[in-house]
Amino acid sequence: MYDVAIIGAGVIGSAIARELSRYQANICVIEKEEDVCNGTSKANSAIIHAGFDAKPGSLKAILNVRGNKMMDALSEELDIPFMRNGSLVVCTKDQDKTGLHDLLQKGIENGVPGLKIVEREELLKMEPNISDDVTCALYAPTGGIVCPFHMTMAFAENACMNDVSFFLNTKVNSIDKNEGNYVLKVQHVDTNQEEFIQAKVVINAAGVYADEFNNMVSEHKLHITARKGEYCLLDKDAGHHVSHTIFQLPSKMGKGVLVTPTVHGNLLVGPTAEDVDNKESLNTTQEGLDSLARTSALSVKNVPMRQVITSFSGLRAHEDCNDFVIGEPDDAKGFFNVAGIESPGLSSAPAIGEMVASSVRDYLGLSEKTNFIAKRKGILKPEELSLKKRNELIKSCPAYGNIICRCEMISEGEILDAIHRPLGARSLDGVKRRTRAGMGRCQSGFCSPRTMEILERELPLTMYDITKNGGNSKLVVGINKEI
Amino acid sequence: MNTRELTCIGCPLGCSLTVSLNTDADGSVEVISVTGNTCPKGDIYARKEVTNPTRIVTSTVRVNNGTSPMVNVKTETDIPKNKIFACTNALRGIEISAPVKIGDIVLENVADTGVNVIAARNIMAK
Amino acid sequence: MVMKQYDLVIVGGGPAGLAAAVAARDKGIQDILIIERDKELGGILNQCIHNGFGLHTFKQELTGPEYASRFIEQVLERGIEYKLNTMVMDITPEKYVTAMNREDGMFQISAKAIILAMGCRERSRGALNIPGYRPAGIFSAGTAQRLVNMEGYMPGKEVVILGSGDIGLIMARRMTLEGAKVKVVAELMPYSGGLKRNIVQCLDDFDIPLKLSHTVVDIEGKNRVEAVTIAKVGPDRKPIPGTEERYTCDTLLLSCGLIPENELSKSAGIALNRVTSGPIVGDNLETNVDGIFACGNVLHVHDLVDYVSQEAATAGKNAALYILNGSAPNVKTVEIAPEGGVRYTVPKYIRPTEMDDNITVRFRVGDVYKNKAIVTYFDDELISKRKRPVMAPGEMEQVVLSKKKLAEYPNLNKITICIEDV
Repeated sequence: MYDVAIIGAGVIGSAIARELSRYQANICVIEKEEDVCNGTSKANSAIIHAGFDAKPGSLKAILNVRGNKMMDALSEELDIPFMRNGSLVVCTKDQDKTGLHDLLQKGIENGVPGLKIVEREELLKMEPNISDDVTCALYAPTGGIVCPFHMTMAFAENACMNDVSFFLNTKVNSIDKNEGNYVLKVQHVDTNQEEFIQAKVVINAAGVYADEFNNMVSEHKLHITARKGEYCLLDKDAGHHVSHTIFQLPSKMGKGVLVTPTVHGNLLVGPTAEDVDNKESLNTTQEGLDSLARTSALSVKNVPMRQVITSFSGLRAHEDCNDFVIGEPDDAKGFFNVAGIESPGLSSAPAIGEMVASSVRDYLGLSEKTNFIAKRKGILKPEELSLKKRNELIKSCPAYGNIICRCEMISEGEILDAIHRPLGARSLDGVKRRTRAGMGRCQSGFCSPRTMEILERELPLTMYDITKNGGNSKLVVGINKEI
Repeated sequence: MNTRELTCIGCPLGCSLTVSLNTDADGSVEVISVTGNTCPKGDIYARKEVTNPTRIVTSTVRVNNGTSPMVNVKTETDIPKNKIFACTNALRGIEISAPVKIGDIVLENVADTGVNVIAARNIMAK
Repeated sequence: MVMKQYDLVIVGGGPAGLAAAVAARDKGIQDILIIERDKELGGILNQCIHNGFGLHTFKQELTGPEYASRFIEQVLERGIEYKLNTMVMDITPEKYVTAMNREDGMFQISAKAIILAMGCRERSRGALNIPGYRPAGIFSAGTAQRLVNMEGYMPGKEVVILGSGDIGLIMARRMTLEGAKVKVVAELMPYSGGLKRNIVQCLDDFDIPLKLSHTVVDIEGKNRVEAVTIAKVGPDRKPIPGTEERYTCDTLLLSCGLIPENELSKSAGIALNRVTSGPIVGDNLETNVDGIFACGNVLHVHDLVDYVSQEAATAGKNAALYILNGSAPNVKTVEIAPEGGVRYTVPKYIRPTEMDDNITVRFRVGDVYKNKAIVTYFDDELISKRKRPVMAPGEMEQVVLSKKKLAEYPNLNKITICIEDV
C-alpha cells in the first residue's frame, strides 16, 4: 500500500513527487513511457513566464507568478539551467496599443514586478532584429528560459534520491475506489503483465489523459482537448538573433508565435495552435511549419529559417474551463486532480508541486523527514571547468576526454553519467535529453551509432533492444544478410 | 538491326553509349558497333553489357577477434550480373578470424563463377 | 597547459588529410601532426566499401578502404606522426589548436601552418524540415552505411530513400544486397544528385524506381516508421496536391546533400563562401587567415575522392612552402567570377605571379546542360571554349588556367567562367 501514487512523470508529477518526498510517506510515480519527461514536458516553449498573461485571480495567474519567483532558488538547489533573459510582448503598427496596456494592468494585478512599456527607439537597442512594423512592447524583466528536460529530471531524480519509487513503462488501465483507498490496475508496457497498486492518495498528473482518470472516479467530468503546437529549433549560429523572449500581442488573427533564445543557445520559433482529436498526434505538418516562418516575421525580421535543425510538436492539455484544475473532486476524496496544465504550466510547476504537496500532507497528516536531501547535482559539464580541473577529471576518468557528439561536444563521460545516475537514460533520446548528445546540427547522424554502442556496453541490452525512445522504437532489425 | 542505349559504368564519367546489334532467332546477340565511348573501356563494357553483363560485387563478412567486427570483401574480378544474389547468399554466415590482410581469400569460386571473394581491408587482431 | 609545437597540424585523417601530409613531407616538412577523431585513419572511406575509387590516381577500381590504405601506407612509410581518437575543439587565428583525447586530456598545439581537412556532414531530416512524426527508422544514408558496413547491423527491412546523392544510391544497393527491400528513391530535383554510373549499377540493376521531382510529405509511425508518403513537386519544388503516393516501410534513408563541416574554421576567423559553405581560398588553397589552408570536402563537396587527393596534395605542398618561405608579400590577386550556370569556383582567386604553372579550377553547375560549352574570359576577352555534351550538378567540372597565358595579361582584373551555347 502506497500513501501516494502519482500518475505521470512529466514536470508536474515530478515536481509534486519531489515536494512530497520531504515527508515521511511511501510514494510512487507511474509513467507509461520509458523515461520521465516524455509528454507535454518535453515539447513546449521552455519558457518561465513572468505571469502577466493569465486572468487575475485564476490559478494560472497565482501559480505562474509564484512559480516564477521560486525559480532562482530552485535552479540553484537542483542545478537546473535557467536564465532570466526578460520577455517582450511586441505590438505592431496595425495593432491597438490598448491591448498592451491591458496586459500591463493584468500583470500589475497579478503581482508581476518590473513591467514597463518600451517604445520603439529603446526597443531597438534591446533587440536590433525586431521587425520594422513593431511600435512598442511590454517588457517583463522576470521572464526567463529554462531547460524543460533538466527541470523535469531534476525534480524526478531528487524525488528518487529521497526514496520515491518510479515505475516507468507502466500504464494505468483503471482506477477503483476501495474502502477509502484507490486500486490502480497497471500494465507493464514491455511484458503486458498486469498488476494492482493500492494507494491512499492518487495524484492525477496525466497531462492530456488526465480527464480519463478523473472520469474513472468522479461524476464531475473533465474534458481535455489536446492542442498541438509545432516548433522549429534553429542552429546555435542563430541563437543570438534575439536575446529576449519575443511574444506577439494577441490579435484577431490568433495568439501569434514566440521567438526566443533557448537556455542552451539555440533559437526557438513557435508554437502553432491546433486542436487535435488524437492525443498521440505528435506529427508536424507542412502548413504548420510554413506558418511559423510567416508568423514569426511579424515580430522579428530575418529569422534565419535556413538554419532550422529540427522541428517538433507538443500537445498542450486544454481543459474546457480554461484554467488549471487542481484539487479533489467532492465525490472522490484523496484523488487529487492536477489537470488542464497548459501554458503557463512549466512556469507554474514549482508552485503546483508546493501547493499539491501541502494539500496531500494535510490530508494524510504527514510529517517531515529528517533526512531529506534537498540538493541535486546535474550532469557534470566539463566545459564549465577550468582547464586544470578538466584535465584532472580526464586523468581520473578518461571517458571525459572522448568526444562522442561532435556538434555539442559531449564526451563519453557525460553519457556514462546520464546512464548511471538515478532514473538513468536507457535510449538514444534519453541520452539526448540529459546530455544534448545528438541534439546539435547534425541531429545525431554522427553520434547515434557511437551512443548505441555505449548503451549496449553499459546496460543489460543487446543492440536489438536499444530504442530511440522506448517501446517499439528499435533502431536495428537484424544483422547483415539475416533479416 | 536494333540499338540499345547504355550508360557506361567503367568510370565516373558515365558516357552515354549507343550499341547497334543484331539479335538472332536463338537469342544470341551480335554487336555491330559501339559509339559514344571516350575510351576503350566503354567499348568493352558495351559489348559485355548486351551479351553477358557482369559486375564486381562488394559485401561484408564478420571478423572474429578483430579490431573491427566486420571486414569488407569483393569479388576478385567481375562476375555475371545474374549471380550477384547467389554471391551474397554464399557469404551468409561466413566468419573469418583476424588478422585479415587485403587480398586474403574469404571464399573460393563463389557461386561457381570461378571467381574468389577476397578481403578488401586490413583488420588487425584485438 | 603544456604547449606543443609543430610545423604543420592537419585536422582530419581522411583522404584529404592523408594526401596533404604526404605532400608536405615530400616537400621537406618533418614536423607534421595529423589529428583524427576516429579510431583509425582513412575517414569516411572506411565505410565506403563499394568499388570505383582510384581510377584516376591508381588506374584501378578500388574499394574505399583499399584506396585509404594506399595513402595510410604512404603516411606510415614516411613516419608521419598522427593522433587517433582525438577531437580538435578549437582553432585560433594565431594557429593555436586545442584538442582533446583520453590519454592527453585537453592540450594545445602551436602550429606554423594548419591544413583543414575535416570533411563534411550530411544534411539531417531536421534541416530538410520534413513534416510528420519523429519515429525511429529515419537515418541519414551515411549513418546507415556505417551501421551496415562497419558494425554489421541492418537498420531496416523495407526502405524508402529520399535524395539521389551518391551515398543514397550506394545504400540502395547495399541494403538490397544485404536482404532489405528498397521500394523507391525520391529526388526533389528534376535530375539526380549522384553519378550516372550509380543510377545504373545501384538502381537499374535492381529495378529500384527513381522518382525525380518528388519529395517526402509525410512520415507515419509513433515508435518506428510505418509509412512514408511522397508527392510530385512542381517547378517551385512545392508538393502538388493529389500526387501523393504512400509507401509502407520501416525505414527512411536521407541522402539530401553534404555540408562542409566548418565550425572550427569559423572559430579561426576564416571567411566562408555562401555557396560551398567552405572557406574562400586562393590558388594555393590558403584561406584568408595567414598559414591556414583547406582541402577536400571541408573546402567544397567533391564527387570523386581522386580529386580530393589531388587537391589535398596541392594544399600540402603549399603549406610546406609557407612554412619554409613564409607568406608571399602583397601580391596581385585576380578574382574568378562564376557566372551563367557556374555556381562557384575553387579557388576563388589566383595570384598570377605566384601560382603554379597550371592551376585546376573546379566547380559545379546549377542545372543539367546538354551540348553546351565551358567558357573562360579574361576581362572581356574570350580565352577558351570547351564543348561538353552533358553537365550535371552532381558532377564536378574543371578549367585549367596556365601561368604562361596569364602572364600575357598583366592588367587583368577578372577571370569569368561561365556556361554558354556552343
